[in-house]
Amino acid sequence: MSKDNQILEELTSKDYEHGWSVDMEVDEAPTGLNENIIRWISAKKEEPQWLLDWRLKAFKTWLDMKEPEWANVTYPKIDLQGLKYYSAPKKSNKPKSLDEIDPELLQIYERLGISLNEQKKLQGIAVDAVLDSVSVGTTFKETLSKMGIVFCSFSEAVKEHPELVKKYLGSVVPMTDNYYAALNSAVFSDGSFCYIPAGVRCPMELSTYFRINAANTGQFERTLIVAEEGSYVSYLEGCTAPQRDENQLHAAVVEIYAAKNSEVKYSTVQNWFPGDKNGKGGIYNFVTKRGICAGDFSKISWTQVETGSAVTWKYPSCILKGDNSIGEFYSVAVTNNYQQADTGTKMIHIGKNTKSRIVSKGISAGKSQNSYRGQVQVMKRATNARNFSQCDSLLMGDRCGAHTFPYIDIQNSSAKVEHEATTSKIGEDQLFYCNQRGIATEDAVALIVNGYAKEVLNQLPMEFAVEAQKLLALTLEGSVG
Amino acid sequence: MTTITKNKAIDLFLENNPNFSTFENLRKSGLEFLEMKGLPHLKEEEYKFTQISKKIEQNVSSFKSAIKTELTAENVKSNLFEGFDGDVVVFNNGHFDAELSSISAQNYSFLKLSETQPDLLGQIAKNEKDPFAALNSLTFEDGVHISVEKGKKVEKPIFLIHFNKANEGQIINSRILIEIAENAEVTFIENTVSLDEEVYFSNAVVEVKVNQNAHGYYYRLQNENRKAISANNFATDIHRDATFTSVATQLQGDMLRNNLTLNLLDSGCVGNMYGLYLLNGKTHVDNHTNVDHTKPHCDSNELYKGILADSSRGVFNGKIFVRQDAQKTNAFQQNNNILMSEDAIVNTKPQLEIWADDVKCSHGCTTGQLDEEALFYLQARGIGKEHAKGLLLYAFAGEVFEHIAYEPFKEYCIQLVQERLGSSF
Repeated sequence: MSKDNQILEELTSKDYEHGWSVDMEVDEAPTGLNENIIRWISAKKEEPQWLLDWRLKAFKTWLDMKEPEWANVTYPKIDLQGLKYYSAPKKSNKPKSLDEIDPELLQIYERLGISLNEQKKLQGIAVDAVLDSVSVGTTFKETLSKMGIVFCSFSEAVKEHPELVKKYLGSVVPMTDNYYAALNSAVFSDGSFCYIPAGVRCPMELSTYFRINAANTGQFERTLIVAEEGSYVSYLEGCTAPQRDENQLHAAVVEIYAAKNSEVKYSTVQNWFPGDKNGKGGIYNFVTKRGICAGDFSKISWTQVETGSAVTWKYPSCILKGDNSIGEFYSVAVTNNYQQADTGTKMIHIGKNTKSRIVSKGISAGKSQNSYRGQVQVMKRATNARNFSQCDSLLMGDRCGAHTFPYIDIQNSSAKVEHEATTSKIGEDQLFYCNQRGIATEDAVALIVNGYAKEVLNQLPMEFAVEAQKLLALTLEGSVG
Repeated sequence: MTTITKNKAIDLFLENNPNFSTFENLRKSGLEFLEMKGLPHLKEEEYKFTQISKKIEQNVSSFKSAIKTELTAENVKSNLFEGFDGDVVVFNNGHFDAELSSISAQNYSFLKLSETQPDLLGQIAKNEKDPFAALNSLTFEDGVHISVEKGKKVEKPIFLIHFNKANEGQIINSRILIEIAENAEVTFIENTVSLDEEVYFSNAVVEVKVNQNAHGYYYRLQNENRKAISANNFATDIHRDATFTSVATQLQGDMLRNNLTLNLLDSGCVGNMYGLYLLNGKTHVDNHTNVDHTKPHCDSNELYKGILADSSRGVFNGKIFVRQDAQKTNAFQQNNNILMSEDAIVNTKPQLEIWADDVKCSHGCTTGQLDEEALFYLQARGIGKEHAKGLLLYAFAGEVFEHIAYEPFKEYCIQLVQERLGSSF
């Protein structure tokens, strides 16, 4: 890591402590899912009546829905009635210092270059308040609020900005959208809310702030980002550090609303527990992410690095409604051992002169299955729509699979749509070349994979690009030879 | 499983099915499959864009099999293209017409299906792979079996020509089984001619077995009337070091659905699939191709091109499977479309499913329109706009015909396409 990056990294990953995430009471909802549980959750969170009604409506819709089976993944059925839908972290279970943490995990942190304080935070260790992180955090918040930017937890937003939440909640991903989105709408625990007022350019990557703030948002996360006219925001979700979460099912919903001339950049790094070498355990990550370019000349850009989870089922999409709006999707999905990923995007061109670009890089190793599933749809009105898609797959080992399911539906004769895909393995000659120059095979693979994924990694906010590179190498460790 | 009742067409098919005593096992498994699955409904992934069951329900009024219609030697003669020299196999509403056919049977044997072993059928185009294949198994009466002798080359092409004119019953079933023995070579040409402008539903199954080191070429033309509904299942088993090439051209019909399957069963085989769809009016063409690489060192090439005018619709789904054993596979697939009007629709889904790592697979797909600059360039040189368009479109489409090795047929196709491009695009 270069010095600049290091400094940046240190600066940005300082810890932050804010009441709501730490002082939560120890509480758990009873097992199971029914209307009462939803009322219970809502009451616990002191939600207004309209939100409770909204949740209940979502629950009723959900009851009539069936679990989707079309994805190219197999996993044992999840017993949704056997889950607990609300659980605040229990303080007593938290380790008191880093000494109690699995040394293997600490080693990984170190190799990823995650700072000590952050390591503590990730493990849920209560951090001493003397750290200057508080001031950093407060400064962030002050700067942001001065500009009129609202960035807070979802529950806070419901209390303090109910009119905004009410207006945009469910406007991009309606509760009826799909099985998991409906479930999320009914039981979502918390998440983030972000509002950028007109003409404001958010001065920092909300990533940094979020990373600190994000611990324990629970398994049913709900994120809502609203960018008003002419605004800009870059947002990062997740983190490169491995997360040993107890919750098996994660069904999050992310909604982005981009008004005229605004730009939203959303980056995800996902590294949930992928299960062990034999495919035991691991997280099911069933996420609905969608953004709408509602105004003319707006832009939404999704970047994701997916290395974790046993099963991933995720299609960040863009609805390009405004004329001249732009949607982008950059993805690196790595699967190893018994991981399965079915991921891709949807680009729905509705407005004139809309453009979209898809770059998807899949890497499968071990006995994993990696699928790209994407749709490019050009509606009749979308004159001069333009799309370019590229989805490449890299196979490592002869027991893994790479699949591509692109749907291209064009209803306008002025559309220009291109799609290309390739599948291959790392060339023996390339490896040999590296070996010859004294680079060990494993390092050579990391080198080549990073080069292969560069186009996507370049889209990440700088401080995370470096970590993501290391993460790729780590995930693929042991898959060669 | 009660999907069957959801689907009126299937009940009508069953009611009007005369219960043949032949090919008992095949028909039984076809019926079982249909009873379980029914005809494809709207939500089915494979038939998502092609609502053929609905089309049949709405348009077909008599679900009886069509009987032979009046057909003369003149009909046959007028549909042979210039320069053609070879055997002709005539189908009259799906029934083999011995009188009008001219079969030399040189280096190959020709039989009716009822004269061959019944268990040869349904081995390649399996009932459970597609509901229309199953339906054909249930409703076909008889068909033909052509087997090329070992080590022989059938010098002249065999022309399979279908004449369709359904009046009383509107269902036309045909079934063809082709076996190409070791080291043999043969070329087939298939054409469908509608004798009138009325509705019919033709449901065809062609099964081809290409044995070791044999070579098969199959050129198919579909230029039917504007009310014709058609489902075709074409399946091929390709064995060691054998090659098979299919060139399919679709020009007209109401709704045409083609399933083309190549199973590459042993190492060293090559499967080629080329296609062109040149559509106008309300024609809806759906090409589903499927290449299954099961063994190492096989190649497959695929190129499908489409030009769509008026409110026509082109659906393309190309699947490439590369199984775990199929290392060193090369598989290429390309689909290009040009949309000529605001109302034309393209739905394309090039799909790769790969389980082996030492492979080279790629697919590409584009949808666009004519290059304005190229058009301007030609116009600037005094070529009228319509003519210039025709030239550019022909340049786009012509690539597919490069793969037709039989010159007279290639010329014929080029001529057909040029006429069409000149008149209505």
